[in-house]
Amino acid sequence: MLSIKNLHAVVDGQEILRGLNLEVPAGEVHAIMGPNGAGKSTLSYVLAGKAGYEVTKGSVTLNGENILEMQPDERASAGVFLAFQYPMEIPGVPTLTFLRQALNSQLRTRGEDEMSTPDFMRLIREKSAELKIEQDMLKRAVNVGFSGGEKKRNEVLQMAVLQPKLCVLDETDSGLDIDALRIVSDGVNALRSPDRAFVIITHYQRLLDYIVPDKVHVLSKGRIVRTGDKDLALELEDKGYAEFEETAA
Amino acid sequence: MVAIKETVDQVKGLDVEEYKYGFVTDIESEKAPKGLNEDIIRFISEKKGEPDWMLESRLDAYRRWRTMTEPTWAKVDYHDIDFDDLYYFSAPKTKEGPESIDDVDPELLRTYEKLGIPLREQEILAGVKTSKIAVDAIFDSVSVVTTFKEELAKSGVIFCPISEALRDHPELVRKYLGSVVPVSDNFYATLNSAVFSDGSFVYIPEGVRCPMELSTYFRINEPNTGQFERTLIIAEKGSYVSYLEGCTAPMRDENQLHAAIVELIAHEDAEIKYSTVQNWYPGDKDGKGGIYNFVTKRGDCRGDNSKISWTQVETGSAVTWKYPSCILRGDNSQGEFYSIAISNGYQQVDSGTKMIHLGKNTTSRIISKGISAGKSSNTYRGKVSAHRKATGTRNFTQCDSLLIGDQCSAHTIPYMDAKNRSVTFEHEATTSKISEDQLFYCQQRGLNEEEAVALIVNGFCREVLQQLPMEFAVEAQKLVGISLEGSVG
Repeated sequence: MLSIKNLHAVVDGQEILRGLNLEVPAGEVHAIMGPNGAGKSTLSYVLAGKAGYEVTKGSVTLNGENILEMQPDERASAGVFLAFQYPMEIPGVPTLTFLRQALNSQLRTRGEDEMSTPDFMRLIREKSAELKIEQDMLKRAVNVGFSGGEKKRNEVLQMAVLQPKLCVLDETDSGLDIDALRIVSDGVNALRSPDRAFVIITHYQRLLDYIVPDKVHVLSKGRIVRTGDKDLALELEDKGYAEFEETAA
Repeated sequence: MVAIKETVDQVKGLDVEEYKYGFVTDIESEKAPKGLNEDIIRFISEKKGEPDWMLESRLDAYRRWRTMTEPTWAKVDYHDIDFDDLYYFSAPKTKEGPESIDDVDPELLRTYEKLGIPLREQEILAGVKTSKIAVDAIFDSVSVVTTFKEELAKSGVIFCPISEALRDHPELVRKYLGSVVPVSDNFYATLNSAVFSDGSFVYIPEGVRCPMELSTYFRINEPNTGQFERTLIIAEKGSYVSYLEGCTAPMRDENQLHAAIVELIAHEDAEIKYSTVQNWYPGDKDGKGGIYNFVTKRGDCRGDNSKISWTQVETGSAVTWKYPSCILRGDNSQGEFYSIAISNGYQQVDSGTKMIHLGKNTTSRIISKGISAGKSSNTYRGKVSAHRKATGTRNFTQCDSLLIGDQCSAHTIPYMDAKNRSVTFEHEATTSKISEDQLFYCQQRGLNEEEAVALIVNGFCREVLQQLPMEFAVEAQKLVGISLEGSVG
């Protein structure tokens, strides 16, 4: 599904990713862990195509398609979804309107028919119920005045509605209390499927108790320095990242 | 509004400098000679078959205008206008005025069809094209057709070209014309008072709620022709009317002048809601051509508990100079001004409102949303004043500016003047930019850059868009997006 080869990326003139390799097959959940400044968020922005994150070497393909050539919205339509660490506020735009426009824009870009209003409303009712999202929240402007938990649930709702192929979750657990963490994780787990891949970026092991990964990678100084199974996360929790910061240097 | 919907659908694929309404109608027209003098004014008045007092009033205005100079205080910069190099009257050539729609030149009907304005009542009634809206279509200097007149007449509503009102209801016109915007109000208003050619006249009798939306559609076609329309709306005691106006013009390299006057009179317990979608040709991408839009719009809340509400979506014109205002004369009267002013390219906008509180416990509300992109300049200029006797007066003003790119500018110039101690004036102002992060967030969800800008700007304008009549609002939203195409990236 996702194949990253020898990826180098520069932000503000500084090389943050330095030869990163990663293969995430369809149906799998891979966690990326690492110390602050390792390049975790940079990886998520490079995948999504944010301006200012310049790829200098290497390749990223999604099901064989080179996504580095695409605009951010084209990547989204091709199936790349990024759940933001800090979702943006869009004053005056109801969440429902935003979701509908996002979905229809993607359908249009893929050359498919837009979804009818009744079908869309049915879809939203079903998905928001699973995430315990009140209809009232959908009427409020996107993320404006949302609590931390509401923002993250809103990200997962968007994911559920847009049905992406590759989901990248950037520190989705930050700012969540235990109840919100459970709801968000249940939402993500419900989306696990044989034709979808997940990249879960997190600093702490906690999230991985709820979303159990197939593989755990340690990112340090812009490269994957170790790969293991879910037990690796527990080991990191225990020992910290110090070891890797030294070996990578 | 269908006109805007059509713009949206067709302009979508075009470049930013393309302007959908830019076509010219090839029609024979009858013009007065170029320039302005007393003979021209006599010519216009005679063409319209006006009563003598009207001619005298025009001549009086003309003589005053000769002594006046153009105002220079607005934050706009444009070439001098040679007032002797303009045509002041242009009318599509027909026999006597059209008796029915069948007498209207088919070329003209096609023009309005192209613009998406339905003029054939049976089409409107038969089709699902639009909900029922009565339309007065003004082409250059004359009204070409007014729809649904008979149906409106059943409830006593008069809706007709002002030239017709001068003939059929001279006493009403004489009583109210110039009673809100006096002849010598300002340079452009005085010019209009001398040469105005046509416009709409609306009279809502006591206690009547106008059964449908009324609408006027203005179109400038002839080159070098000024358009000076005049609209007069009178709402008698306890009546209600909602009125919309829309405007377009062909693309021409030279600038065209539009200097209109709108007067509204609301008697006791009456309410007038006036909405504008102004999409005059804004000039090309280098700032060449476009309409000079110098307009005086004023409403008089003459009776107690009356209400006047202005809503405007301004996306067109090269230069806009416009301040729809309310005189809050009656006690407890209310004035509202909701505005979206979008400038792109080299457009210059200096717009705002005046709320003049004269009566007791009068309230006013101003919500202004200015969006500047490209190399444009966008100024909000507003005045709120309370007379010595206007006790218990309240005003709330909110001016928000949104900047797109780094070559445009936004200015907010509020004037406030309270002459008694029991006044509450509130003013809030913000200036913001569309952030890269907001755009990226939208794009990550699948919106392309232009869709993302349109969405964010529409969110920014939401409070104002909500004030528009429903079906109009949907189309105005799309217009907002189109006006900003090519403004980022």
